[in-house]
This record gives sequence, structure tokens and C-alpha cells, in this order.
Amino acid sequence: MADKTPVVRVEHLSKHFGEGSARVDALRDVDMEVYPGQVVGLMGPSGSGKTTLLNCIACILEPSSGRLTLDGEVVYDERWLRTDLRRLRLDKVGFIFQYPNLLPFLDGTDNVAVVLNLAGYGSAAARARAVDLLNYLDVGHRKHAMPAQLSGGEAQRVAIARALANKPRIILADEPTAPLDSARARIVMDLLRRIAVEHDAAIIVVTHDEMILDRFDHIFRLRDGRPESEAAEKLVAS
Amino acid sequence: MNLAYRDIKHNLLRFVLTNFGLSLLLGIVIVITGVYGGLIDDALRQARAASADLWVVEAGTNGPFAESSRIPGDTRELVSRVYGVERAGSVTYQSVQTELNGKPLRLFLIGFEPGRPGGPRQLTAGRQILRDHYEMIVDRSAGLEFGQQVPLGTHGHKFTVVGLMSKEVTASGDPVGYITLRDAQGLQFELAPPAARRESARGGAPETSNQINAVIAKVSPYVPLKEVAAALSRWKHLTTLTQDQQETLLSKFVIEKARNQQRLIMVLLIIVSAVIIALIVYTLTMDKVRSIATLKFVGAPDRTIIGLIVQQALSMGIFGYFAGLALVLLFQPYFPRRLVLDPTSVAIVFVITIVICLAASSLGIRLALKVDPAEALSAAG
Repeated sequence: MADKTPVVRVEHLSKHFGEGSARVDALRDVDMEVYPGQVVGLMGPSGSGKTTLLNCIACILEPSSGRLTLDGEVVYDERWLRTDLRRLRLDKVGFIFQYPNLLPFLDGTDNVAVVLNLAGYGSAAARARAVDLLNYLDVGHRKHAMPAQLSGGEAQRVAIARALANKPRIILADEPTAPLDSARARIVMDLLRRIAVEHDAAIIVVTHDEMILDRFDHIFRLRDGRPESEAAEKLVAS
Repeated sequence: MNLAYRDIKHNLLRFVLTNFGLSLLLGIVIVITGVYGGLIDDALRQARAASADLWVVEAGTNGPFAESSRIPGDTRELVSRVYGVERAGSVTYQSVQTELNGKPLRLFLIGFEPGRPGGPRQLTAGRQILRDHYEMIVDRSAGLEFGQQVPLGTHGHKFTVVGLMSKEVTASGDPVGYITLRDAQGLQFELAPPAARRESARGGAPETSNQINAVIAKVSPYVPLKEVAAALSRWKHLTTLTQDQQETLLSKFVIEKARNQQRLIMVLLIIVSAVIIALIVYTLTMDKVRSIATLKFVGAPDRTIIGLIVQQALSMGIFGYFAGLALVLLFQPYFPRRLVLDPTSVAIVFVITIVICLAASSLGIRLALKVDPAEALSAAG
């Protein structure tokens, strides 16, 4: 990995909520690098700051300090350096939610095509690519099904197809296997690994699931807003 | 990809039911507009039916519609002799109530001189009055049939319906009937036989029935109207009103209160419609909060979100308006009052509906723009 440039680089990133006695430090001086083709697990107990970190990387939560570089572009350096964060997400980030979050009024194809439409694809081209992606994820036979008609696994595959639609360099997944049984969870993780390699994307997966640890290239553990090794050192010192 | 259309298609039944309710509301707004238009049209209709240039009435009155006016029956001959008057006709106006088949029948009777100005405008069936007595032309809304006999007045005379008209009603909705001037004078000015006998026994002079309410004058196009009106005003027992003055009297003063009431009802209905549309749009947006959060998360710009809400609000308004208009047109013949839906008023209601929808959608837009994309990360709702 040393010869590659990290797609996600987090440097001294901190995030706190509230001020004074009400201040809560959700992230403290976090550093992290994720390279293309890597699948990184982001783990930690509840309240450890993993979702906060994911939201900061997804540019939906403004860090308090530090520096964030996505796909070679510094997007945060003590302040947002880009005003159109939604466009940034659209271009560079694919997101897989814990629950599929498919738009209930669009069928499988259109749930994927909508992202392409937003990116400026024509209707026919968007639908064609959407169908290709659904086929790639073995859910092409359900392309006309509405979200309510899809099983949990099928819906999650459509959501993954949506996350891949714009060929993002970064894919963030928030507990994507939580609503699935262990067999399906492994299938989804294998799929993410395949995507990371085939699309040369960096994938960060927030999970509690210890059963899928072997699917990660690297595991980044957080505790009390710090990387776990640092947190342990602080605990010993105190 | 039109997200608004897809959402409507997905929730089609809810959209149709919501819009049905909205169409009833907008239908009532259209009905009130029609009633308002009908009120003005009906009020002006009789004045316009005469196609007069000048109205000669009793001195100091605003007759014959706004106030009662009585002038001698020979006034028409005086008016006819004035330079510039091409034609003139005597007219009387009165409301009567009679009983037919055990049911009350109200009519607004116009007495006119056949062949002179003041007669009915256009017949839809039958013929003009040819005999001197006991024939009448009446509006269809009276429910009378061709050839039917109607008892009128205190002398028990029966009038035969020889002609039918349509859309000839007064501002209060009473159907209009035309009879000869002589019959009308008899009905209006002659005493009932017992009263006449008593008056005779008292030694009083027999009251003349040769009175009229107004004279309608048609003026030559080559003579200025003002000049003719000035000439007529020299008679101190008469007042002359131009057609414009007569219409102003009717539209501004006679029906002013009714007009204001309807205007108030219309404003209230528009406010109610605006509130209801705003609530519907707000509720529809509330239902989509998670979808909106997801759209924002995946990179949808605000204009996409605003477009979704505005397009839904507009489609609701447009669908509701046209469904309401269709309902009104469907049930218009059964409405107890005449509705006049002139294209301008109908278009104004449409524009108001669109403006309301746009204004009402601002509440939903405000909500949508405040939705945090992070809500897409929360547990499935």
C-alpha cells in the first residue's frame, strides 16, 4: 500500500458537541488512512465515536478541528474548504446505510438510476447502468420490484448498487450487515471485498459484528473517541 | 426522472382521495364565483334586455329598479317627440306571486308595448305576444310549459304561456315574465273589485291605471346622448338616466350588500383552501422526511427537493381545480341559482389556486430544507 495514495486521510480530527460543562468529546485527535482496494472495519463499543467519524468522512457532520482529505482533495482543514458538500458526496462517496433506505416510490432500477440522474446522466443511460449494476450484484431479476416487495438481502443489494452507481472512490457502510443473518452478512461482506478490488475503491465499514472480522484488511478500533491503542495507553497512564 | 410523478403514482389512491376533497373545496370557490357573476349578470340583465339608451323615470327617483317610479302613461308620447329620440316604449316592472297546482309561483313581470323597445330579448320556444291581453312569455326556470295557463292578479285572469325564454331571471333568482303593458297596468294599478266598489261608495274619483314605471328611449346615433338627456330633463316631473347610470345604480348600490357578502365568503373560502392545501403539502412532506434525508445524503441538491414538493403541490392544485370545475359544470343545471362562469373569473380562480399552492408549498419546503441528511442514518422508520 505504501506506493499508493490514501483515498481517505484523516489527520488529527476532533469533534466535540456542546461547550463548557456540557462538552462531549466524540472524537479526539484521530488519524486514519484508507487506501484504494482496502476494506477497513471501524469498530468499537456504543458511544466510541465510530458513527461520528463516519459522518465526518461522509461530510454530513462538520469536525471541530483537524484535516480531512478525500480522493486527494483536502475538503476540511479547520473549516470546510468546499461549499457544495452534497456534490462532493455525489461525486466521491457511496453510502450503504444500516437499513437499505430505498426510496419507497421508485422501483429497484430507479432507486439506483436516481443517483446517476442527479449526477447528470440521461434517463436511458442511467437506467442502463442501473440494470448493469443490479445484474452485477445478482439482483437484476428484481429490477422492477418496489422496495416493499424486496427481501432484506435484495434491498441491501439494491442499496449497494446505488452506492456504486457513480463509481465512487470511497464507500462508507454503516452496519450494513446488522439486519442480516450471518450467512447473508458474509455474502454482503464478500461482495464489498469484490467491489473494493474491482472498483479500486476504499471501503470503510462500521460494524459490531465480530463474525465478519476476517473480511477486513484492517480494523480500526475506537474507544472514547480515540484509537483503541491510544485509549489503552491513556488508561494505563492514568 | 420526475420524483413528484413517481411519488404520486406510488400513492395514487391517497392522491386521488386527497384531491377529490380538494376539488370539492375548489368547486365551492368556483360556485361562489359563478353565483357572484350570476348576481351581477341577473341584476343587469333586465336593464340590458331593454337595450335602452335613456331611461325616463319619475322626478327625483332612481327608478325603475332601484326605486319605485310612477309616471303618466302618456309620457312615452312626450319623449318620442324630443329631437334625437328614434324610438320609445313604456314599461312597467312588478313582482307577483301566484299559486299554481298548490305551489307558490313567483314572477317578475315586465309590461311592455309589443313592437316598441322594452320587450323580451330572445325566445327559445313559442312566439311573441300577438294579442292585446292575457298572453305571456316567461323564463323556463319558472317551470311553466308552453300553452300552460297561469292565474295572475286580483281579477282572476288567466295568462297563457305563448313563448319561453332562458336565463332571464332577476338578481333574487325570480323568473322574468313579459306581458302587454295594458295587462301589466291592470295588474299593478287597478284595485281589486271589492276595493273598487268601496272606493266608489265613498264617492272617490276612480283611480286611473294609465300609469307606467319608466319610458325607454332609443337615441339616434347621430345625436349626442347628453343633448337628448338634457332636453328630457327640462320636464320637471321626470328624471333621465343613461344606460350607464342605470347599470351603475344596479351593480354598485342595489346588489352591493349581496355582492360584499359573496366577496367575503369567497375570501374566507380562499383562506380555508390555502390552509388546507398547506396542511396537505406539509403532511405529504412529513411522510417523506426519510426519503428527503436519503436524497440529500446521496447528493440531491435543494432544487431537486424543492421541485419534488412544488410539483406535487401544483399537481394537486391543478388536478383539484379542474376536477372542481368539472363537478361545477356537471351540476350547474341543478343549482338553484344561475351561475355565470365567465372565462376571466374562472381564469382568476385558477391563478389564485396556483398562487395558493405555491405559497402553501413554502411550509413543506421549509420543513424539507431543514431535514438533516443524517436522519437517513437513524433506525428504519
